[in-house]
Amino acid sequence: MSTLSIDKISMRFDLPNGSHVQALKDISLEIKTGELMSVLGPSGCGKTTLLNIVAGFLAPTQGTMTLNNHLITGPDAERGMVFQQGALFEWMSVRENVSFGPRMKGQREAEWRDNVDHLLDIVGLRDFKEKSVFELSGGMQQRVALARCLANDPDVILMDEPLGALDALTREKMQGLVLKLWKETGKTIILITHSVEEALLLGERLLVLAPRPGRIHREYRLPFADMGVGQDLREVKKHPEFGEKREEILSMIWDMEEEIMGNAAEASA
Amino acid sequence: MIILLLYTSIFIAGFFLVRFGVKRLMQTRADFTSLKTVTFGDESAVRPDRWASVISVVTIFLLWGAFTGSKWAPIHAPAPFIGDTELTYTLEAPDGSTDDATITLRVHKFGEDPAAPEVELGTGFAKNDAEIVSAGRTKTVLFDKNDDAKRRDGAKVVAIDGQPITIGQSVSFAEGSVSLTDKGAIQITPSGGMQMEPIWLPPPEKVVSRFMEISTEGYQGFNLWEHLGYSLFRVIVGFLLGAIVGIPLGYAMGLSNWFRGWFDPIVEFMRPVPPLALIPLVIIWAGIGEVGKIILLFLAALWIMAIAARAGVSGVNITKVHAAYSLGASKFQLMRHVIVPNSLPEIFTGARVAMGVCWGTVVAAELVAAEKGAGMMIMVASRFQLTDIVIMGIILIGIIGYGIDILMRIAEKTLVPWKGRS
Repeated sequence: MSTLSIDKISMRFDLPNGSHVQALKDISLEIKTGELMSVLGPSGCGKTTLLNIVAGFLAPTQGTMTLNNHLITGPDAERGMVFQQGALFEWMSVRENVSFGPRMKGQREAEWRDNVDHLLDIVGLRDFKEKSVFELSGGMQQRVALARCLANDPDVILMDEPLGALDALTREKMQGLVLKLWKETGKTIILITHSVEEALLLGERLLVLAPRPGRIHREYRLPFADMGVGQDLREVKKHPEFGEKREEILSMIWDMEEEIMGNAAEASA
Repeated sequence: MIILLLYTSIFIAGFFLVRFGVKRLMQTRADFTSLKTVTFGDESAVRPDRWASVISVVTIFLLWGAFTGSKWAPIHAPAPFIGDTELTYTLEAPDGSTDDATITLRVHKFGEDPAAPEVELGTGFAKNDAEIVSAGRTKTVLFDKNDDAKRRDGAKVVAIDGQPITIGQSVSFAEGSVSLTDKGAIQITPSGGMQMEPIWLPPPEKVVSRFMEISTEGYQGFNLWEHLGYSLFRVIVGFLLGAIVGIPLGYAMGLSNWFRGWFDPIVEFMRPVPPLALIPLVIIWAGIGEVGKIILLFLAALWIMAIAARAGVSGVNITKVHAAYSLGASKFQLMRHVIVPNSLPEIFTGARVAMGVCWGTVVAAELVAAEKGAGMMIMVASRFQLTDIVIMGIILIGIIGYGIDILMRIAEKTLVPWKGRS
């Protein structure tokens, strides 16, 4: 059973002016294999910092993380990452991008060809595999990024606002695709978003972070991701409970934002 | 001044002619940009007018031809007077009596040496004179050498062709102007016209014939192609050496704190030093042979390439690096598959700049001291006032520099098609 466990992570760093920032404080989490968790919070609450720590790009000042009972100390192929944008390699074709992970492991084309072609089928880019990535639209590029991550067969997929730069329609289609991939591959996924609807749709578990210092404010267990696998996402959104939860979380985040604004106003006064 | 006015009026006339004449008659392509109504201020809507380019180049050659008396130019600026002319001076003897005499002036082309025309002395105390002068030059005529009344005895010229004249004044005659010097001698300047003399600016056909001559017979012991080839060879070797050292240096500076700290002061100091300022030192160290030239060009290219490579590394989007690492790439693989390809556009831009600087530097270095090369060719030619070789050299240097830039741009387009696409 592969489990990602985060134990009392804190992140604190000094600023040039002598003060310091407490970005995260005492975050503890246990994420089981195959779980889909979305993370939500007002801007500046440390969502991306948390994800970067889990990915291994940043070292926490306190606390430890383990995946499958070994310590996380840096980036590794076991934790794949999907970025908002700009992470594809423009000098490679779609196929070369998707096969990047296997190729870096030294696999021959015969070993990865079938899997890569299969993934390109799933994300609907079969006809585009020889294209340059800069010829694709934003939504297609994110599908390449998803396929590239999956081709490497990571234990955990970390998504940092992967759909944030897409237009509303493309975004909805992509949300369906993420759910489909989650169900088909059974991967553990942590998804960061600033859209409440997206967090509700793409989270069995939904974590709301509070800012200053970044900490876990509330955690939900939601049925919508499972519902979304079977039916149209727009139908899920019409569900009365979906609306309730959305309003509840929106006002929660709204209050946090107000508090930040108030503090800022006091500080400047 | 007149040339500037002419040039400006051709510019304006060409504009109106093309705008309201040619373009009206021609069917213009209705592409997207042509449908833009806001073009003033929209740089992307400004495309070079090919008509203007053609007229511009033709105008330069036309003006060049017209003002050098070229056989190829259909029109010419007024030419200097060549041939024989006469003018009459009136000499007043000390006793107040006057007599007329004629000066026959033979105006010849610069560089020719014709005999003076034969004239009869004529009657009276003023005798006829004959003189020769180059076109546009001034000749002082000591007219009284053969006259019976001398200036030192008080005789003086009072009129030229019937026009009264005194010391310091000047009057014009049919083919030029005449003045009296302080001592009363006649100074004649035949009309110089408005054309440049070949020593200042030779006509285009002379430059072309010189080009033919030097490309077959050579100059200063070397064929034209050898001169140009040596210059190009130095540029390419110097640039390649600079790139071979500079690119890894730039990468190291972009990837390691220690390298960045160590080389930053050196690179930042050397960058603003123009390579031309290094020429004396390089000559002291390595002499004027190939080694010195190549060291100089190496130094010229080195810093540019190092800075370009460093900028290429720092231009890598951090998410690409993160993505590569979390896909399992090693440091070497990151270098090979992400950092190098991502920095290629910057390196190509740097290479274009470096090639341009190297080409300029090699010509300058050859101007200072060299046994062969494009710069040496024009420098030596200028010492012998062979302006046609100088002009031909400048044109060839320009064409080659432009050619290098075009080749680099083509290479860039084919090798880094993703430039500006991330």
